[in-house]
Amino acid sequence: MTFLLFAEQMLNGLQFGIMLFLMAAGLTLVFGVMGLINLAHGSLYMIGAFAAAWVAGLTGSFVLALMASLAAAAAAGALIELTVIRRLYKRDHLDQVLATFALILILSEGTRWVFGSFPLYLDVPSYLSGPVTLPGGIQYPLYRLAIIVAGLVVAGGLFALIARTRIGIQIRAGEADREMIAALGIDISRLYTLVFALGAALAGLAGALVGAIQSVQVGMGEPVLILAFVVIVIGGIGSIKGALVGALLVGLTDTMGGVLLPRFFALFMDPSAATTIGASLGSMLIYILMAVVLIVRPSGLYGSA
Amino acid sequence: MTRETYINAALTFLLVLVPFWAWSTGQAYILTLCTKVAILALAGVGLNIALGLGGLVSFGHAAFFGIGGYAMGILASHAQVFDPIAEWPILIEGTKSMPVIWLVAMVSSALAALLIGVLSLRTSGVYFIMITLAFGQMLYYFTIGWPAYGGEDGLSIYVRNSFPGLNTLVPVQFLILSYVVLGLALWFSARLARSSFGLALTAARQNADRVETVGIAPFRLRLVAFVISGAITGLAGAMFADLNRFISPTMFSWHTSGEIMIFVILGGVGRLYGPVVGAALYILLEHLLGGVSDYWQIFLGLLLLAVVLFARGGLIGTLAGREVAHG
Repeated sequence: MTFLLFAEQMLNGLQFGIMLFLMAAGLTLVFGVMGLINLAHGSLYMIGAFAAAWVAGLTGSFVLALMASLAAAAAAGALIELTVIRRLYKRDHLDQVLATFALILILSEGTRWVFGSFPLYLDVPSYLSGPVTLPGGIQYPLYRLAIIVAGLVVAGGLFALIARTRIGIQIRAGEADREMIAALGIDISRLYTLVFALGAALAGLAGALVGAIQSVQVGMGEPVLILAFVVIVIGGIGSIKGALVGALLVGLTDTMGGVLLPRFFALFMDPSAATTIGASLGSMLIYILMAVVLIVRPSGLYGSA
Repeated sequence: MTRETYINAALTFLLVLVPFWAWSTGQAYILTLCTKVAILALAGVGLNIALGLGGLVSFGHAAFFGIGGYAMGILASHAQVFDPIAEWPILIEGTKSMPVIWLVAMVSSALAALLIGVLSLRTSGVYFIMITLAFGQMLYYFTIGWPAYGGEDGLSIYVRNSFPGLNTLVPVQFLILSYVVLGLALWFSARLARSSFGLALTAARQNADRVETVGIAPFRLRLVAFVISGAITGLAGAMFADLNRFISPTMFSWHTSGEIMIFVILGGVGRLYGPVVGAALYILLEHLLGGVSDYWQIFLGLLLLAVVLFARGGLIGTLAGREVAHG
């Protein structure tokens, strides 16, 4: 395996990991602050992608499309928080799983009803298309590089928001002791809506950014949702830092496993068997990783026990 | 006598009546629909032992459903082309006999549940939900990538497997067989709940520390419950595969886990007849709403939401009051 191919796959893994982080950040915040498992997070990702594809189709502007994805997902997030989610905070996880599963059905079928069953396409803007040559002679698509940079900027912004701003202090206080911050006069239900909408907006942005590489269709959020859960469980639920580490770990393991395992098996097997076994083991790898992490550390890498 | 006892008696009566009613309509699709309800209810009865009695929120019961299905698929596909599964070290032939297939399905899903349980029961709460989900997904991707039995496309079995003394190709005979199996599973699960094991398991759900103080290890109780639960769901998987004469990786998908969980919650977690009522209602809604609108899942979603938000304890919980509710 050449260095160039290896580097390219590492970048792909990084890009995948960064997108997973945008998804996982919202999930882990919502769990950390409100104690809620939200299966419908993948639907917000889908809503972001559809809003972006729709606006891009109308206006032709990619920047407007991204803004639309943020706005639509945040609005949808705020709406479902106000109508449904806030009734679930005091329920057990079983009720939360079922209610948000119901939300998936409603949002997926609703989107299919509005946009039809055919996938939409969101084009990479011309100024971000084409390859770019990186130091070391690596040819890499400019758009994917832009996603990595954008994701890192958003991640940095999120860390700054949580660590440095007043809202961030309230969010952290909410994770530590929700009765206490309510007693200190902070409108806790407004804070919850805000956190939920923030997480939704991040998921929507991820949906729009990935939507330009893949097709935009109903059900696109579910595989990513499961991966985002794997990420936050590996990282420790509630920890943003854990989500970042988990996301990069999952992104790189999945991408590199899919590339390296078939080659590894080809060393001592015939090529076709090596490809099938390698590929199927490769797609199981992150779940194996998650199981191993949980067996060694039952509440994730950065989770509090 | 609680209200649930009366409801259960009425439901038992109904359950006996359904096969006769279905047979009297003489319509093949009603027979198939009723068989489907019985088999999916059986999967729910399995999950209810872990979820209702043990309080173990398994989001990966599709793993056992799928293993049961694939046990049937593997045995029957080898039998239909007379190609042994293994010739060394011992000769293993495929089979078309349901009792043998069921036994293999239950033993293999019980073994899988033992393995998954030993690893997963170290965690609790959300982590348990997620690790069981992960094991289900692991098997899902494994079957997609495993070309021997159809891979992603799945595998068809041309003729339904046989049961001694019955002609399972006649829909009503397979229907009655499924209801008898469901009835036995319900009887077993009622006995289990009242046995000392079931009482200890319930106590471990309500307060694990107290159970430990009196010298019972909650881990072992839960593991046994998880294994029994997996075996019953595995049996349902084998029968479901036989109903459709088709297996595919979808049996392992997290949607399947979600649906089995919905049956239990819709009917009432921890209620004997919860999964039966839930599965019947789900299939009925799917059938009725599916005829009205292509987007029937919107209505299903709204209904589920209403059950969670307003009818806590599911249908049976709403009818019978909350005295034995999940807690």
